[in-house]
Amino acid sequence: MKNLMLLGDEAVAKAGMDAGISGIYAYPGTPSTEIMEYVQTSGQASDGGIFCQWSANEKTAMEAALGMSFTGKRAMVCMKHVGLNVAADPFMNSAVTGINGGLILVVADDPSMHSSQNEQDSRYYGKFAMIPVIEPSNQQEAYDMVFHGFELSEKYRLPVMLRLTTRLSHSRSSVKPENALSQKELSLPEDPRQFVLLPAIARKRYKYLLSVQDALEKESEDSPYNTITEGTDKSVGFIACGLAYNYLMEVMVREGLDHPVLKVTQYPLPGILIGKITGDCDSVIVLEEGYPFLEEMLRGFPVTDKRIRGRLDGTLPRDGELNPDHVAKAIGITVKEGPAVPAVIKNRPPSFCAGCGHIDMFNALLEAIDDFGPGRVFSDIGCYTLGALEPFNAINSCVDMGASVTMAKGAADAGLHPSVCVIGDSTFTHSGMTGLLDAVNDKSSITVLIGDNSTTGMTGGQKSSATGRIESICAGIGVLPERIRVIEPLRKNHSRNVEIIKEELEYKGVSVVIARRECIQVATKSRKQEKKHK
Amino acid sequence: MQKDVIIAGVGGQGILSIAASIGLAAVAENLRLKQSEVHGMSQRGGAVQSNLRISDREISSDLIPLGSADLIISVEPMESLRYLPWLSENGWLITNTTPVKNITNYPDLEEIMAEIRSLNNHIIIEADRIAREIGSPRSSNMVMLGAAAPFLDIGFENLEEAVRELFRKKGNDIIEFNLKALKAGKDIASEEISK
Ligand SMILES: Cc1ncc(C[n+]2csc(CCOP(=O)(O)OP(=O)(O)O)c2C)c(N)n1
Repeated sequence: MKNLMLLGDEAVAKAGMDAGISGIYAYPGTPSTEIMEYVQTSGQASDGGIFCQWSANEKTAMEAALGMSFTGKRAMVCMKHVGLNVAADPFMNSAVTGINGGLILVVADDPSMHSSQNEQDSRYYGKFAMIPVIEPSNQQEAYDMVFHGFELSEKYRLPVMLRLTTRLSHSRSSVKPENALSQKELSLPEDPRQFVLLPAIARKRYKYLLSVQDALEKESEDSPYNTITEGTDKSVGFIACGLAYNYLMEVMVREGLDHPVLKVTQYPLPGILIGKITGDCDSVIVLEEGYPFLEEMLRGFPVTDKRIRGRLDGTLPRDGELNPDHVAKAIGITVKEGPAVPAVIKNRPPSFCAGCGHIDMFNALLEAIDDFGPGRVFSDIGCYTLGALEPFNAINSCVDMGASVTMAKGAADAGLHPSVCVIGDSTFTHSGMTGLLDAVNDKSSITVLIGDNSTTGMTGGQKSSATGRIESICAGIGVLPERIRVIEPLRKNHSRNVEIIKEELEYKGVSVVIARRECIQVATKSRKQEKKHK
Repeated sequence: MQKDVIIAGVGGQGILSIAASIGLAAVAENLRLKQSEVHGMSQRGGAVQSNLRISDREISSDLIPLGSADLIISVEPMESLRYLPWLSENGWLITNTTPVKNITNYPDLEEIMAEIRSLNNHIIIEADRIAREIGSPRSSNMVMLGAAAPFLDIGFENLEEAVRELFRKKGNDIIEFNLKALKAGKDIASEEISK
């Protein structure tokens, strides 16, 4: 079979299809977005009838994937790291129900926060749920380990987490694919109560989960993906997890070093392999992309093993993604940098696209709110978060998806008036709607400004769940029809838009202003497509 | 053989077309390749780069270590200087001259050009002007790729083939324009090197 040049994300997607998934569920989020996008644009998915539509959020995606697994079919669900917070409830409980058809949860972490609010390490969730975690170190492993993951999942009847990090998700290399397996037949769980987590059943299921822990650890000991490479210089040994292994190899090959190395890409942690390397070497440097997950365990608490080095003792930076230079410095090798960046160079943060409707929305909001004073605009996550930057300085919060509505509500309940929130259309349907219901029920005085560009803009223009239905959703939740206003954020409408926003700011109760104009990127793309079809 | 290349620009300038062309050509020569890209937030007009590594041996790291890039190709002058710490002692910097001024504090262009000129190995290309002159203003990235060609240790015909492949769906006219742009870039760079 011909080799393919694939991003880590795409390798996972291709492998999922080749491993016979019947469906993939996801909500977009950097760096995981390209997994679903690859499936959606592949002929293989349409030929094989593989379900591949975006979900409203990560929780609905996780649950739908579990439902597909219930039918005996293989399913995949993908999200970014913070998405797993949203999906945490079904995720934790899916470890207790177990699965029927193989189920892989792909989580892409974003150390260094290239496009995220934090750099949480999903391996903790894996340990929390007590399920196997696989963490490929390169694109080929990303492909191969999907097959391995499905086998593990079906052998132990548990979901398996596949952890990616930004650098692997978004780096391309050659991948050799396997022959595609066919999809599974529909076959319902043997035990009709497996998925019924009433306490009496849940206790039994939980005991099952506990009972396979030793076997899962044994799988990790014997896994072809966890390996020790011997080395003659035992003054220091290395434990390298996932992608960190590549940085170590880069430095060891270049410098001709010969130390023992344990590569870990499958969890629960292989205790015997780890004991061997910590026993054999005078000290051990632990290289992990993300938090010092393994390092902290090996050091003990209070610290009992000072021979363990890594992020916690300053051998490596405490935060941010690793790179070959951090690893070289950790080994004591001087890194010879090129010329310094000249002082004239300025930062270039992201900014609104020229012609973006959010610009006109913020200009109108800023003028409308001017009389009331600053510090009362809660916002959310999306392109419109760029309203926090110069020259707008228009928003005062960005915490987690949907939080703008509920934070504005809390502030309004405390007496802040007006209390405003700015939220995108996709974020609104992801998890703003439920907060709006709270506000309606409690008659909290908030003004919800929905920047409706009819797409999920920040992540590259994926389908937004409720395009064309935002007004009816708000009305259905109970916002008074006369308090649902629609404006078109264009410069020529500026003064009219300011007036409308002002009216709603002054209103005591829940009001919604929908600033609707198509995303300029999406509009340009569809214009190009149209031209092509003519 | 190993070449470490950083391709730099501003989100939206399409630097990945340069990376993809080199990638296709490298594969045609049976070389190994790793190409890390920036997706996400920075694509909205922020600073973006791609680390491209090609080699006849196994490549471990997706990221290029400091002080070891053979080449920085930048489609924007200020961005060309952002990655200097990664440039190797004998590395080359090749940059376009057209600034993207989407920040209010964009520095004086002359100061930027002076910094570029102070480097031993640099090539400054008016890629936008050249692209306009050959009648294809949108092919400036291919001019830049052409200018990088003499440094890549990849057969020029394989780069041409890669460009054909990349623009295959866009029709023959577009392919021809981009091949012209590629050639124009190469000719200028070859001239500069022999100076
Ligand atoms: C829980 C969670 N899921 C996904 C993301 C990634 N994400 C950030 S912004 C965004 C899209 C926002 O789209 P929309 O609200 O329509 O605003 P736009 O970017 O189009 O202005 C997504 C999916 C995230 N930060 N958190």
